[in-house]
Amino acid sequence: MDIAVKIKSATVVLSGSVRALDNVSVELPANKSIGFIGPSGAGKTTLIRSIVGRQKLTRGKIEVFGRVAGSKELRKDMSYMTQEISAYPDLTVRENLRYFAIMAGLKKGSITVAIDNALRDVELLQKADRLVRDLSGGQKQRVSLAVALLGSPKLMVLDEPTTGLDPVLRESLWKLFDKLKAAGTSLMISSHSMDEAERCDYLLLVRGGAVIAQGSPVELMKQTNTKSIEAAFLKIVRESK
Amino acid sequence: MSPRNTLATASRVLQQLGHDHRTVALLFVAPPMLLTVMKFVFQDKPLLFQSVGPMLLGIFPMIMMFLITSIVTLRERTRGTLDRLMTMPASKIDFLFGYALAFSFLGLCQALIAGGVLLGPLQVTVLGGALPTLLAVVLAAFLGTSLGLFLSAFATSEFQAIQFMPAFIFPQLLTCGLFTARTDMARPLQWFADVMPLTYSVDAMKQVTMHSNLGTDYVRDLFIVVLSGIVALILGSITIRRQTK
Repeated sequence: MDIAVKIKSATVVLSGSVRALDNVSVELPANKSIGFIGPSGAGKTTLIRSIVGRQKLTRGKIEVFGRVAGSKELRKDMSYMTQEISAYPDLTVRENLRYFAIMAGLKKGSITVAIDNALRDVELLQKADRLVRDLSGGQKQRVSLAVALLGSPKLMVLDEPTTGLDPVLRESLWKLFDKLKAAGTSLMISSHSMDEAERCDYLLLVRGGAVIAQGSPVELMKQTNTKSIEAAFLKIVRESK
Repeated sequence: MSPRNTLATASRVLQQLGHDHRTVALLFVAPPMLLTVMKFVFQDKPLLFQSVGPMLLGIFPMIMMFLITSIVTLRERTRGTLDRLMTMPASKIDFLFGYALAFSFLGLCQALIAGGVLLGPLQVTVLGGALPTLLAVVLAAFLGTSLGLFLSAFATSEFQAIQFMPAFIFPQLLTCGLFTARTDMARPLQWFADVMPLTYSVDAMKQVTMHSNLGTDYVRDLFIVVLSGIVALILGSITIRRQTK
């Protein structure tokens, strides 16, 4: 099994004494959809920011495809969707994508096709020339996701990409994630939605800055003798106290 | 550093402003309007307006670019776009120089309009000529942009960013020689003015107003303005980190 991300004793202590990550050690397989599941404030975003290299570790080490997280060589192979709508509200959808495509290092000749593909994937082709500030919350979220889709990255790290989207669109995005995975992309997706967890190949259950369980959804349900990920999560939380 | 990324950032910043008609109108209408008001404030003292008008022409772009840049950069920091950009291959310098280029260009446009009004209908004469005047104004805009990029790192809200105006720009404005000759001020204020970049921007405007043969003083003033802008940009690049603690 190829490893996409190797995390060893990762610890992040924020502003004095808050342990946002607490001695996390995991190996995450490549070409899979990996879900970081846990309640708000569990440490999912800190873990994601550490993987993309934005968060400095207080202790420990993270490697992505064998290189130190955040290293220059990795930047072309990876895309990151933040929890905020990280797009410019006073630019059109297409202007946003064009700018980020250039900054992501896409070649001039491939930009228009990459933008059209990304917009088609998130079903925003019709809104390409609208200002982002004039879109609905869910549409803005999709613009942010479209930016992450540019340039066929090897690893996509998505912080709550489906929050605020309607069930029909969520369904179509999960189909897109499956298609990307089949094409060789590794996906790391954070969510606090347990029904989305069941769609992932591999799960990390995060709570209090620590990974309290990991495995495929089936493995986790089997280990806990439960019939849903939500029940498995609750049982693991109770037992870890 | 990549010229492609720098130009893309400059073009993006200008596109953003292009969609914000009100800001563009304020940028280009406010300075000539204020200069016109000043003309009537000093209607009985035309010689005073003759010396103050060009100095104001240099101060407007510096202040306005400082304000706009500090707020726009703060938004980049707080709205997730900088987070995203810092995981991409583009360098921090591309980003910062893109901003500097875009706002210096805006400063030039502002100078052309305000300068046109000042030297035309308001009948102010600059002995040094229009081109040296424009150069000094564009470099003042560059200085304002660089200072805005740097100081935005110390603000956590737009309200705080605006407060940098009275805290950082006003003291320079009061001591730069606009209101009274620097030699007439208390000695500590003279020392303060000597190390503040706005002083040299205003001095350069004085040079182009009073001298037809611009000498080493003008070049020295502009050199200090450019150097201060570059130092502020370098400090700004230090405050933009790939990794946050």
